[in-house]
Amino acid sequence: MLLLSCPCCGVTAEETEFANGGEAHLKRFGPGSTDAEYEAYMFARKNPRGVHFERWRHAYGCGKWFLMARDTMTLEVYGTYKAQTSAPPEELQAHIKARRPEWEGF
Amino acid sequence: MSHRLGTGGRLIDRARPMDFTFNGKTMRGYAGDTLAAALLGAGQTLVGRSFKYHRPRGIMASGAEEPNALVGLGEGQRYEPNQRVTTTELFPGLKATSQNHWPSLEFDVGAINAKLWRFFPAGFYYKTFIAPRPFWKHLYEPIIRRSAGLGRAPDAETHDADRYEQIYAFCDVLVAGGGIAGLKAAREAAEAGKRVILTEQNAHFGGRAVVDGIEVDGQAAGAWVSAQVAALSAMANVTVLARTMVSGVYDHGYALAYQRIADHTPGAEKPRHRLWRIRAGQIVAATGAIERPLSFAGNDLPGVMLASAVRDYVVNWAVSPGKAVAVVTNNDDAYRTALALHSVGVKVPAVIDARREATGDLPARARAAGIRVIEDAAVRHVEGGKAVTGVAICRFNSDGGAVIETLACDALAMSGGWSPVVHLWSHCGGKLLWNEAGAFFRPDPQRPPLGADGKGFVTCVGAANGDLGTEGEAPMLPVWLMPAQASYDLRAKAWLDPQNDVKVSDVQLAAQEGYASVEHTKRYTTLGMATDQGKLSNINGLAILSDALGQPIPQTGTTTFRPPYTPISLGAIAGEARGGIFQPLRKTPMYDWHLARGAHWEPVGHWRRPYCYPQAGESHAQAVNREITQTRKAVGILDASTLGKLVVKGPDAGRFLDMLYTNVMSSLKVGKCRYGLMCNENGFLSDDGVVARLSEDTWLCHTTSGGADRIHGWMEDWLQCEWWDWKVHVVNLTEQFAQIAVVGPKARTVLEKLGGDMDLSAEAFPFMDWKEGHLGGIPARIFRISFSGELSYEVAVPAGQGLALWERLMEAGAEFGVAPYGTEALHVMRAEKGFIMIGDETDGTVIPQDLGLSWAISKKKSDFLGKRGMEREAMVSADRWQLVGLETLDGSVLPDGALAPLPGKNDNGQQETQGRVTSTYYSPTLGKGIAMALLHKGPERMGETVEFQNASGGTVAARVVDPCFYDKAGEKQNV
Repeated sequence: MLLLSCPCCGVTAEETEFANGGEAHLKRFGPGSTDAEYEAYMFARKNPRGVHFERWRHAYGCGKWFLMARDTMTLEVYGTYKAQTSAPPEELQAHIKARRPEWEGF
Repeated sequence: MSHRLGTGGRLIDRARPMDFTFNGKTMRGYAGDTLAAALLGAGQTLVGRSFKYHRPRGIMASGAEEPNALVGLGEGQRYEPNQRVTTTELFPGLKATSQNHWPSLEFDVGAINAKLWRFFPAGFYYKTFIAPRPFWKHLYEPIIRRSAGLGRAPDAETHDADRYEQIYAFCDVLVAGGGIAGLKAAREAAEAGKRVILTEQNAHFGGRAVVDGIEVDGQAAGAWVSAQVAALSAMANVTVLARTMVSGVYDHGYALAYQRIADHTPGAEKPRHRLWRIRAGQIVAATGAIERPLSFAGNDLPGVMLASAVRDYVVNWAVSPGKAVAVVTNNDDAYRTALALHSVGVKVPAVIDARREATGDLPARARAAGIRVIEDAAVRHVEGGKAVTGVAICRFNSDGGAVIETLACDALAMSGGWSPVVHLWSHCGGKLLWNEAGAFFRPDPQRPPLGADGKGFVTCVGAANGDLGTEGEAPMLPVWLMPAQASYDLRAKAWLDPQNDVKVSDVQLAAQEGYASVEHTKRYTTLGMATDQGKLSNINGLAILSDALGQPIPQTGTTTFRPPYTPISLGAIAGEARGGIFQPLRKTPMYDWHLARGAHWEPVGHWRRPYCYPQAGESHAQAVNREITQTRKAVGILDASTLGKLVVKGPDAGRFLDMLYTNVMSSLKVGKCRYGLMCNENGFLSDDGVVARLSEDTWLCHTTSGGADRIHGWMEDWLQCEWWDWKVHVVNLTEQFAQIAVVGPKARTVLEKLGGDMDLSAEAFPFMDWKEGHLGGIPARIFRISFSGELSYEVAVPAGQGLALWERLMEAGAEFGVAPYGTEALHVMRAEKGFIMIGDETDGTVIPQDLGLSWAISKKKSDFLGKRGMEREAMVSADRWQLVGLETLDGSVLPDGALAPLPGKNDNGQQETQGRVTSTYYSPTLGKGIAMALLHKGPERMGETVEFQNASGGTVAARVVDPCFYDKAGEKQNV
């Protein structure tokens, strides 16, 4: 049972207080997009063994969505950040790189 | 024969004898006894029959690792099977019954299996009972289940009389284990000001040290332990818990601890078990080590015990397993057992040592005490039927062909070395190292389980860390089979896992048959899969497997350690969540009224809604028919408070709703209502409901009862994560309003009787309008919408006024025979009108176009959620199943979900089908069965007759018709 920190309200709480929303930083493709683009948006997921960016909602707390970098193998949480961004913050990426030099980057 | 010694026993109080029964026979023990100690003290060595071969079995261990001695405890509402006698504290009146035998423990018919052992090899069930297939379910499985197995399950009609609870706790350091290492770790953390929880699975602290009588910090272990426990208990930052086992370690420092509060005082006004849900900064596993048995023929006989357990019984409870107890070992530690027995006057015929020579200090002390030591020797086999009568000895490095001596004895203490208890280290991914000298796995400090910060959060100390305190002792000799080259007949009687009846020969056979992975071998042979989870058998088993595969032990590796460490009660897992508080119940403001009128309930999510209101002598079906007829004829009222009510407000609210709904909501005029559909990005229909525009920048979106929270979350997701610069605010007001549908030709008259400031006339308040004002003095918002096809108003009032309005409507409607109606009448009436229901006509693969709802999909909008998904080839195909109505030719009601079969099979060999019934009811309005279905090219097939399967294997013919069965022109709702 993971221990997560919500970057919006600052609360650190049990995993059961949150709801997972799958991979983060997906780009939406709507009408006019190609089949390949639509497929990438809807179905193609990285599912890495290692560094993973994912969406979480503080469902039984402040209600806000936020994003998190987590290691799917060691369960280390590298950091959480607000959802209103299209890429992880630079300093978080640097922190991950320091922890996991073999990480290929975002 | 096992017996109570005349003096001694550090844990028992001879002044407080306690009577208990075993298989109905009254026996006597003392306060402080475990049930195991009391049984042995009373001379009861035979306590059960084994799982597969029904072999006689006795007590082998003294703690949680006990594989054999499981009994049924208690009776009636407090009966529980498979309880370990070694961890059951004695109390007056305890009732225990042995398991897995028929007709009696002493004479068991199933023991014939033991004579047939050659026919029950590893994987026997897999090999034998494969074909023919139906035989498995109807013949083999019932027979196997009756004859194999452990205790009898409690009777289905009994309910656990005890109370269980859970508690949340937080600490900096959780110490699991109250032996010397655990006490030291707890004291150190406590002195540093940390919040500490210290748990000990037994009733007493101190672990092995107090039994073996060693010195700690220049003090006798017993005194040192008492002082430490007292000091820790007095500290405000320390919680000390006896009878509490840390059963599992989970991600990021989460742990479960199982406290047995009242097992030893049944019926007391206390919860029986308490489950601690602990979040710890650091977890210290001071869980000690477990002694390994030795694998020799007959090592499962009653009277063959672990050497350390023998010592425990002698020192703690003044019980000896026999009058003459031989010892067999591969290490120095077992000599402590010989010395302990000798010191209380029990005869030790010999210590049989597998090592070439036994020259350490402990063997020297044993010899000095006059105990005979036989070196380079092995137990060839144990003699005896239901109890040990002697041991045959041979050279260790032999096949057992030559017996060098037979010793008379009535018990045998064995020691194969020690294995650290690394479970808590391993539960969350901590890795292990093989220690060659001690022949055990120990924690690898370089690879601990990791916390949220990427740092290790479990530390092992003391014996759990591999520090077995063997300094100064002579090296042990790894012994996995005794004698070393034992013949097949001996190996086939050398037990690895007594609880699941797995022998050395079984594991060797598995290896021979190609099971190279330890995980596969475990499942094939069932080694270590019993309720003891192989605490005694795993290391021995994988050593045998490694030897058979010709590879070193670390290469074979261990099986996965999974929580719980020992079984915990289902009651503790459920905690308080049983009966009325199993889960939260959502109630509408009129709930109590419905309850008082005898409503038959239907669960809808966490809500409970009236299904119907049966009157005296009425069946549910009759009640539903009456409610429908009365509503269509005069007037009915429905508690619709569970309907989702989301207010969407802001400068960008219209634009936002245009993205969420398939049709246009921004063009809706203030004061008007519009039905809308929501799809997910696949284009599949997800929710529907009526939207009302409340003001220039405010919309009220009604969702389905089950969908309110989900759709609220869906809206928040898009607003927070995709269109975060749009100025929109969403509030879920579902529970703030009570909503009542007033339905039927007399609906307007009834509302007008209540009086108010709203003109409800057809001209002033047309269909699909809404108004705000007062109704009978209650502030109300009225939506003129209909889900039944009748003249209908849905009235929303503040939740606190819901019951008042409901009662006034009942009063005002009394002269027309107003009928409160439930969800089933609602369903039937909407089906008569051909209205879809989310979850009936939709299943997550249905697009609005399948349901004849193309009219509700905007052609003008460039984008909305699901639009791209609907453009996919499969979605625009002409071959989709689409909504139709069905009328059976004989007027019967089709079974729900019935399929329309086609000749032939699909690629998976399944029957081809062309359609499926999605809703089906008896319509009292039409006097016959009606249904809705998704049918291949359905709308093109009006008038055609299609066969649907019924429950008895036949088919029912139904005519394809328009889904709207009632008032197609819509005249009734528009008056």
